[in-house]
This record gives sequence, structure tokens and C-alpha cells, in this order.
Amino acid sequence: MKQAKMNRTTRSNLITYLMVIAFFVIFQILIATGNVSSLLKGQLVPICAYVVMAISLNLVVGVSGELSLGHAGFMSAGAFSGIVAAGYLQTMMESETLVLLIAMIIGGIVAAAAGVIVGVPILRLSGDYLAIVTLAFGQIIKSIVENLYVGYDANGLQFSMVKNTLELGEGGKMLITGPMGANGMATISTFTMGFVLIMVCLFVIFNLVNSKSGRAIMALRDNKIAAQSVGISSSKYKLLAFVVSAAMAGMAGVLFALNFTTVVASKFDFNTSILILVFVVLGGLGNMRGSIIAAALLTVLPELLRSFADYRMLVYAIFLILMMLATNNPKLKGFLQSISAKIKGAVGKGGEANG
Amino acid sequence: MAKMVPLPSRGMVPERDIGKAPILEATHLGIEFGGLKAVDDFDLTVGRTEIAGLIGPNGAGKTTVFNLLTKVYQPTSGTVLLDGKDTHGMSAIQVNKAGIARTFQNIRLFNNLTVEDNVKIGMHNHIKYNTISGILRLPKYWIEENRAHEKALSLLEIFDMQHLAEHKAGSLPYGAQRRLEIVRALATEPKLLLLDEPAAGMNPSETAELMDNIRKIRDTFNIAILLIEHDMRLVMGICEGIAVLNYGKIIAKGSPEEIQNNQTVIEAYLGKKKEG
Repeated sequence: MKQAKMNRTTRSNLITYLMVIAFFVIFQILIATGNVSSLLKGQLVPICAYVVMAISLNLVVGVSGELSLGHAGFMSAGAFSGIVAAGYLQTMMESETLVLLIAMIIGGIVAAAAGVIVGVPILRLSGDYLAIVTLAFGQIIKSIVENLYVGYDANGLQFSMVKNTLELGEGGKMLITGPMGANGMATISTFTMGFVLIMVCLFVIFNLVNSKSGRAIMALRDNKIAAQSVGISSSKYKLLAFVVSAAMAGMAGVLFALNFTTVVASKFDFNTSILILVFVVLGGLGNMRGSIIAAALLTVLPELLRSFADYRMLVYAIFLILMMLATNNPKLKGFLQSISAKIKGAVGKGGEANG
Repeated sequence: MAKMVPLPSRGMVPERDIGKAPILEATHLGIEFGGLKAVDDFDLTVGRTEIAGLIGPNGAGKTTVFNLLTKVYQPTSGTVLLDGKDTHGMSAIQVNKAGIARTFQNIRLFNNLTVEDNVKIGMHNHIKYNTISGILRLPKYWIEENRAHEKALSLLEIFDMQHLAEHKAGSLPYGAQRRLEIVRALATEPKLLLLDEPAAGMNPSETAELMDNIRKIRDTFNIAILLIEHDMRLVMGICEGIAVLNYGKIIAKGSPEEIQNNQTVIEAYLGKKKEG
């Protein structure tokens, strides 16, 4: 009995890992043989970043059952702290991979810290109220970054939120200039690092969900009063899910930001939060594989639809509606299931005949 | 049926539990909701291995008593001693760790999780590994998870439910859901088990089986059980001490025979006989 179950969850997780690996390998081969357009190539790192955003938000919305509308805020907190870290580290280190790695870790830590600061007071709320506060959090982060000036010179890093210019010494460089964002960064993010980040996040999420802590998180989602009656602390486990998710979003933010030479705070606004929520809802709550597919498809789609020119967003919207119908309409689902059953039946019969 | 013996305090416990400190001693327990006294001056003593019953007409405040004992509500007056320890100021979580587990009148399972996971969630505080070892799958994780798996199956065996372990809790039939709630409560290793209408929605043969199982649970785990129930056959059949609640107040206490012949109780359930 147990063996069967272990296999079922493990198999499902394994398929997800393999899917990501296959995606990576195929694209590596296509790039090596020169079969990928530069347009799509430029999308690979953002796809990885959005995939991580989607699975980390799915941990909060799907597994923990709390609606968060400020996920881009954590991405932003991670992105800009990563930009500062990378900008500063590049003066000292040669290896770009190492700089990116350290920047991602710092971005993750800053976002996790933001997660703790925000999470402790607001996780007492639930439902719509929590959604409203997380929405506000996203806006607050955006406002903070838009008023933040960071630079470095011989004396080290310098911050300001009051003056809009820093008096930097000779050889100094501005890293973040308020509403202008970060400019002239070295683009050090790579597709490989994106792939590694996805794999690490999947590993953490799958193992977390299939452990004592994950069960506690899901118990609180299904029935809070019952979970407390068996001695599970609501604040502790809701915060755990929230902070792990924030840390991942922070790392995804660093990966995303360091893929461009210019990043502004308004890139991580409410629209981005909603976009990521759309990935999660379309992929299915709690379904990590679905989130990955939805995030990858919907990130590429606007680029693929460029040939529609002015009607691009119209086609995108129609596609979204169709996808929602396909995943949520019981009649359509039943129809698809009956087809797949027929196919399976036919294959089964064929197999028997052959045997 | 054990003989009930009065204690020097106001409570009574079965004869075999004399000399052992009672598991639960509630005195003058009460709660007000905006001036309405839902439970008032409630006294109850439950012996170490007693099966006690709490009965009363609908709306008498029985479930409220359970909510007070398990700290879903904080009492506005009175004290609850659990195993001699004052539970004042404890949260629902702490009171569970201190040894009270319960089931709910309106079933509260983790519907999207499997039966086995529901039981394992009950064992949460007895599974000893932290989140990091869980994520990194350290040896501690495997040892504890295997132990939890064995334990969960052995607990499910009480109600012969091992074969349902892989099913979603929400997909079980009603009676099985009630039994699963009991198993989940037992998984927290309580000293006192509170059952809120365990036989609701069960047919007579299922109820008879449940009675055997409640006795079996008491004997195997050596714990006390306090139950709310409307099925009088069950209450009179297995409870040693019974307390009757009406309008938030205790109106009678005693053995099943005493309760059956108590005039106040009969009036509470059936109304007063007309004079003349």
C-alpha cells in the first residue's frame, strides 16, 4: 500500500524534474546548433525567473491556501538587493557565476527578511483582508525602491533615501538611481543558472510538502480549527510557507534583473503580481508542474504573437480565456477524459491482441 | 459497570480511579457571550480511566463546554485542572500538548489529504525532526517518517481502516469520517479524549460497534473519555458517570441508573407533568 503511494507522489515529482531537465537539454542543443531565434533566446532567462515565481507563489496560494497579491514585491526586494550586491562584488571578483550566485543568495535573504517582517503581522489575517495587505506591500516596496539611491566608491557602499544624488568619490558608480532604476549593469544571468534555480526550488518545495511541516501547512489550509486542536501552530507554519516562498521570489528577482542592463522598480508592480497569480491559477492550485508549463507558455506567448502586431494582446486575452475554459470547464474536462480513456482502451485492446 | 464513588471535592469518579488524581477537574467554569451566560458554574470531575458522558437537550451548552475545555473559547470564569495543572491562559495548541484531544460535532477533517496523512498530522508533535532535515531528507527524516507510517497504520487498525489509508479523507462515507476523527485525536497521544456526538448519523449496528471500540480505546490506551451524545443507548451503555446540562447549568450528576430516574432530568427532556 505505502509503496504504491510513495511511488505515486515520487513518480509525479520525478516527471516534473524530468520535464524541466528535458526542456533545458533540448534548448541547450537547439542553441548549440543555432536553431533558436535571438528573440526566444532572450526569453529563456525571464522564463526561468517566472517559472520560479509561479512555483513559489503556488506554495503560498495552492499549498498554504492564502491569497497573496504582492508576490512581485518580494521579487523586487530580491532584485534590487541583488543588483547592489552584484555591482559591488564585480569590483572584487572575476567569476561572473560566483557573483551571480552570491547576489542570488543575498537577494533571497533580503526577500526572506521582508517576508518575515511582513508575514508576522499580516498572517493573522486571512482571505480578502490578507490579499489587500499583500497588495499594499507590493506598492510599498515599489515606492521604497523608487526613492532609493545607492552607489559605491573607494569608501564602500553609500545609501540615501533623502538626497537624489550621492556625493561619490573618484571612480564611484551609481547602482540604483531612484525612479530611473538600475542602469548599465553587466548581464551575468545565464540560462544554466536559471535551470539550476528552478531545480533547487522544486527540490525544496517537493520535499517540504512531503514532510511533517508540509502536512501541517496543508492541514491549516484545509481546516484551521482542527489543525490547532491537534497541536499545530497556525502562525508558525503559515509563516514558514510565506518566507520560503518570499526567499525564492527574491532569488528569481535577482536572476531576472541581472539579465538586463536596465531595470526599473515599476517592472515589479501590481500587474506582475497578477500575471504570476494567473500562471498559478491556470496551472492549477498546488500543481507545480502546471505552474511551470503555464509560466513558460504565457511568458513566450506575447513574443510569439508579435506577428499579430496591434492585435497581439487581443489574441493573448482570447488564449487566456480558452485556457481557463479548458482547465476549469467540467464538461470539456469530461469530454477530454472520455477521449483519453478511449485512446487508452484502444491501446490496451491492441496490446492484448498483439499479446 | 464500576461503582461511582464521591471524592472529597465536589466530583465523583469510578471506584478503580480512587487514589489516582482525576484527569480533569473543572470548577465554576463559565462563559458569557455579551451578557448571555452560555455555560454557568459548571463543575465536572473525570477519573483517570473513566468513560464519562455529558448529555442535555439541544442548545444546552454541551459543545460550548468542549470548546471551553479545549480553549477554542477562553472561559470568563472558573478553573480547569488538567492532570492537576491549571490550564488558565493556555491556547488550543498548548492544551492539546498538555493532553486533551477532541473530535467535532460537525466533522472537521483535512479533506484534501489522505486518511494516513490525517492521522500523521495528528502525530505532528510526536514526530521528531525539523523542517531542514525534512527538506534535505536527512536520515532522521526517514527514520521518523517510517515510524510514523507504522504507527498511523496501527492506529487505523483500531477501526479496521488500514485499507482506506490511501483514500482522500473527504471521499470517505460519513461513519468512516467520524471514526477517522477519533483516530486522528488518538494520534496526539491524549490523556483525555473528548468525543462530540461520535454516534451521530450511525445506524444501530454501527453504534453498537462504536460502543465496543470506545471501551477498547479506553482499555488499550488507558485514557479517560468524555463524550457528548444524544443516543441514550450508547450513553447508558458505556458511561460510568453522567452529567446532565440544561440552559448552561448542571442539573444532575450520577450513574446511568440515577440519571434515568432523576425527576429533574426527565422534566428537562420531556417537560413538566401538568398538575392535577
